[in-house]
Amino acid sequence: MGSTRLSESLTTAREAGLVACRRCGQVDVITAAQCQRCGSPLQSRDDSSLQRVWAWLIAGMIVYIPANLYPMLLTRTLGHTSESTIVGGVIELIELGSYSVALIVFVASVVIPIGKFVAIIYLAVSVQRRSVLNMHQRHRLYEVIEFIGRWSMIDVFVVAILSALVQLDTIATINPGIAAVSFALSVIFTMLAAQSFDPRLIWDASRKAR
Amino acid sequence: MSARSSALARVLSLALTAVVLMVAAISFPFLDLDVQGRHNATSVIGAVLAFHNSWGLPLAIAVAGFIVILPLARLVALIYAIGPLVRGVQPRRFAREAFALAERLRPWSMAEIFMVGVTVALIKVAGLATVTIGPAFWAFAALVVITVLKDQLICRYSIWEALDSAKA
Repeated sequence: MGSTRLSESLTTAREAGLVACRRCGQVDVITAAQCQRCGSPLQSRDDSSLQRVWAWLIAGMIVYIPANLYPMLLTRTLGHTSESTIVGGVIELIELGSYSVALIVFVASVVIPIGKFVAIIYLAVSVQRRSVLNMHQRHRLYEVIEFIGRWSMIDVFVVAILSALVQLDTIATINPGIAAVSFALSVIFTMLAAQSFDPRLIWDASRKAR
Repeated sequence: MSARSSALARVLSLALTAVVLMVAAISFPFLDLDVQGRHNATSVIGAVLAFHNSWGLPLAIAVAGFIVILPLARLVALIYAIGPLVRGVQPRRFAREAFALAERLRPWSMAEIFMVGVTVALIKVAGLATVTIGPAFWAFAALVVITVLKDQLICRYSIWEALDSAKA
């Protein structure tokens, strides 16, 4: 299609014997090990990128399981204790009638994390298979997941604020559950997975295919 | 003053404003809860320490980092790096490293996400109790707006170029 033709007519920095710094944009010869401008290490392609992506991603998926099974919040009101999980918290908000807030929490804690797992798996697999399909869309997808991943932290901050605020001895207390920790770890791990991905690998497939 | 240095001056002034707001946000009371005459006030630090007594210090450190330490570190590094450029003098030593750090920490500084979390928490607790919003809340809200404005205004390639040309 049009996008494929466009990338065929382009010369990559790698082909021209150049490498660009991913941090500051400075271009250098391909043999340079360090950026002259900002001192960050230069690599034309990050060879260990996919290994790190898979490692962080699998770690993130593993800790996401207890994050959903165990309680996020432990609420005690007048001697009565209740626990709520991530999904339980969303249902609670729906019962309160705050549909838009329920939607925000649902998107941040369920849709974004799961969408991110799927998207990162798709990107990593497509790069490994040297797929040339939808290169531009895949690059866009990478930018979206890198931008949006951090917003999953909303629920962790909700737990932090609630458990700091609601500490009224016998009347009501709220304490964080173990799911808060594993959910925070899951978000951190998947953010690291997205950061480990080298988007330049997406463009290599078209070179190899020619 | 050239267009570039006036843009840098604007970034610098926003960064300085954000530092002042951050100091206000962590020193004043954030929210106050009232149930049948029983009070419990919390500061931003209190929210951080909420994790301290139950599920672990690591999470308390992470939350402190995300909402206070990293945003503050980014601001200080940025001010350190571009301050001399605005005055038109030689950049300080390690100005590049400082700016690189500020850029690197960007995804990990989550003040705006914290604010959304606070809003959700307020809605959850509204039925249970009366919540009074403290001055730190407004300071933090202003901080988020200023930070977004500042990050919108920063063109990292121009700052790298400015750091380059100031050296030559």
